[in-house]
Amino acid sequence: MAIFSVYVVNKAGGLIYQYDNYVPRAEVEKTFSFPLDLVLKIHDEKVVVSFGQRDGIRVGHAVLSINGVDVNGKYTAEGKEIIEYLKDATNYPVSIRFGRARLTSNEKLMLASMFHSLFAIGSQLSPETGSSGIEMLETDSFKLHCFQTLTGIKFIVLADPRQAGIDALLRKMYEIYSDFALKNPFYSLEMPIRCELFDQNLKSALEIAEKAGTFGPGS
Amino acid sequence: MTVHNLYIFDRNGACLHYSEWNRKKQAGISKEEEFKLMYGMLFSIRSFVSKMSPLDMKDGFLSFQTSRYKLHYYETPTGVKVVMNTDLGVPNCRDVLHQIYSTLYVEYIVKNPLCPLGESLRSELFNSRLDSFIKALPFFSARAG
Repeated sequence: MAIFSVYVVNKAGGLIYQYDNYVPRAEVEKTFSFPLDLVLKIHDEKVVVSFGQRDGIRVGHAVLSINGVDVNGKYTAEGKEIIEYLKDATNYPVSIRFGRARLTSNEKLMLASMFHSLFAIGSQLSPETGSSGIEMLETDSFKLHCFQTLTGIKFIVLADPRQAGIDALLRKMYEIYSDFALKNPFYSLEMPIRCELFDQNLKSALEIAEKAGTFGPGS
Repeated sequence: MTVHNLYIFDRNGACLHYSEWNRKKQAGISKEEEFKLMYGMLFSIRSFVSKMSPLDMKDGFLSFQTSRYKLHYYETPTGVKVVMNTDLGVPNCRDVLHQIYSTLYVEYIVKNPLCPLGESLRSELFNSRLDSFIKALPFFSARAG
C-alpha cells in the first residue's frame, strides 16, 4: 500500500505542482557478452528495450548505466552513442543496468495537460447527462484519483490500487492548497506553487493517509 | 444497474461495432466523429497510463469512472478493443468483455468467411447474439438496482 505521486493541475491544464512520494525501484543489472540478446531502440532520447524479455528486464525498460557509470540520455558518460558503443565487440563483456525510465519534468507537464483533455473528453462522451470528467482511472499497477474543485483546479493522486482513503486525502489537499498557497501573499494564481508550508503540510497529509487510510473528523 | 453502450474497435482504430441500450445523452456530434473521439481518448489513455505507471504493467488500463458512468476496457493481443459503458454499480467486468470477444466476435465474425475483417460488422447473427448476451447480463436491467 502506497501513494506514488501527486499532481495539481490548474484550470488551463498547466501543471502547477508535482511531488513524487514513493518511487518503487525495479532495476536489474546484468553482464552481457557479444552479441547482445536484446533488441534496443532509441525512443524519446532514451535507449529502451524493444524486444526480448529476460531475467527481469522488460520491454520498455531504459538503459540506466553501463559498467556502473550512469548514461546521459542516448549517450554514454563519455559522449558516445550507446547503440554504437554496444555494436562494438571489443567493448564486451559489458554490464548494463536496466529499469523504468524516470519521467522528466517536461514529460510531467505533458502528461498533466494530456489528462486535462482526457478528463474533458470523458465527460463529453458520457452516455448519461450531467457527468463529471474522469474521477478514477484504474490499471493493474495503480489507480489514479482526480478531484476537480468548483474553480477548475484538479488534484490528482496516483496510488496503489488497494490504498483506501484517497477521497479524504484529495479534500485535505484542497484544504491545504486553500490555506497555504492561496493565502500566501507571494503566490500568484495559476502559477507553479513554491510555498514551503504547502510542501510540509502536503507531505504530512500523505504520511497520515498512507498509514491510517483516512482522516478523522475535522482533522 | 444498467449497460449504456458498447463499442468494438480494431487495431487501426476503425469502429467495427456499436450498439446502445440505455443511453440518455448523445455526444452532440455525428457517430463517425464520436467513434474517432472515443478511439483517440482510449489511445491517449493507453499511452498516458504506460508512462504514468510507477511499475511495469501486465493488463494496463482496465476502466475509468466519472460521477455518472463507468467505462470498461479490454484489449486482446491482436489489438481488438472492447469498450462497454455501464453505470457505477457494476463491478470489474473484464471476463464479460473477454466473453464478448471469444464467444461472439471470434465465433460469428472471425469464423464467418463472408465477414471481411477491418470493416464495420454487418452480421445480423452477431448483432442478435450480442443483444441477447448483453440483455442476459445480471447487471443489465435498467434502473432496477
